[in-house]
Amino acid sequence: MSAADLRAAIVEEIGNIAPEADAAAVADDADLREALDLDSMDIFNLVIALSKRFGIDIPDGDAPRLTTLGGGTQYLAECLAGPKGTARPPL
Amino acid sequence: MGVFRMPSLGADMEAGTLVEWEKHAGDLVKRGDIIAVVETQKGAIEVEVFEDGPITRLLVEPGVKVPVGTPLAVIGKEEEAIAAPAAAAPLPPKPEQPPPGRPEAPAAPFMPAVAASPAARRRAVELGIDLATVKGTGPGGAVTLSDVEGAQRPSWADKMRQAIAAAMARSKREIPHYYLSQTLDAGAALEAVEKFNAAQPPERRILLGALLIKSVALALHDFPEFNGFYGAEGFQPSKAVHVGLAISIRGVGLAAPAIHDVDRLLLPDLMTRMRDLVARVRRGTFRSSELADATVTVSSLGDRGVEMLLPIIYPPQVAILGFGTVAERPWVVDGKLAARPLLTVTLAADHRASDGHRGALLLRRIDQLLQNPEELL
Repeated sequence: MSAADLRAAIVEEIGNIAPEADAAAVADDADLREALDLDSMDIFNLVIALSKRFGIDIPDGDAPRLTTLGGGTQYLAECLAGPKGTARPPL
Repeated sequence: MGVFRMPSLGADMEAGTLVEWEKHAGDLVKRGDIIAVVETQKGAIEVEVFEDGPITRLLVEPGVKVPVGTPLAVIGKEEEAIAAPAAAAPLPPKPEQPPPGRPEAPAAPFMPAVAASPAARRRAVELGIDLATVKGTGPGGAVTLSDVEGAQRPSWADKMRQAIAAAMARSKREIPHYYLSQTLDAGAALEAVEKFNAAQPPERRILLGALLIKSVALALHDFPEFNGFYGAEGFQPSKAVHVGLAISIRGVGLAAPAIHDVDRLLLPDLMTRMRDLVARVRRGTFRSSELADATVTVSSLGDRGVEMLLPIIYPPQVAILGFGTVAERPWVVDGKLAARPLLTVTLAADHRASDGHRGALLLRRIDQLLQNPEELL
């Protein structure tokens, strides 16, 4: 799956959580919470949606990596490349 | 057996428009069934029925706006229903007395407030337009279909702003608020959340907010004077703890529907209810019981909020708790300065129902519960 596909998947899931938000237009390094006024419940729901969609476990501590589109895209790519559900972020 | 009436879905509500019937004459209903959809300033509300029995007769057509308390349907035997006193309101809390200066809502029997053609009524419901705001050009000033289609449709944001304005203005006019605040070390609570979540799949994890709400609900067991309603007969404490959750709706406003019996919910279940409620509120669908019967409210501005907030009580409740944002700040631990994640909790309470001494003890109790979070899980 290409980075563009992963980014589109995140944008789509944000659209399900916050239909009024235009996530596709947000810069890759912008904080989604600031750019789209998302709260902790929205990020929580995004983690659940992405973990279901890709069949991966996203540890609670990794949630901060999903707060930008660029970070989220890279994170998903690492998860999908590594052994199923065990990818951990570099410290 | 009795009469199903237009419920009071919040102290600020004077009238509602029946959008559609979910049940019909002859249907058997039981307590908790959704019987109708009612349009209010807060959006479309699914209204639950509070008794069991067959629906004998529907009294109001969809599209009609009627005052709170107007009979909408007869459930069970008609003669018993009519004999039942009007005071047997189907929804707790009882509709509030309107504040002085406002006209009394007319009691039964029901009368359509506005003359309009059936087609105009149907279209008004579809467009979410209050017929009373449309100028009629038909015979005798009746509202016609083209009048409705030419009318400005009020946005959800406009209607919600009116609802917030009415409730908050009433609160500041009638309720003598007092405010107390307490800063506490949230480290133990954060560690408990982290430890709990590590062993759970994403959909069973919890947020700190769920722990905070549970701590409030449990603390209220020992402080009944902060949990209930203030009405014409003074303060009525509630045995059940239904916590209203202040939820912001981006670009629209704010609503504070209730999660029922929070003190008896396990944390993952409370979290699931919170997620469900936030999602439905942001789509604009509530249930009548969620809007009408919160016994206390919790407001938290989340992880991008402020150090502390001074919330306004939602009438007819008597207390609201506000949680600031957790931030690492200097704190003295065992005589030494340390950087700790601190959280400020604020209580706004009604001085007609309680005093500051008890309010202070309530905040201390919440602090104690959050220092021993295992008991909350």
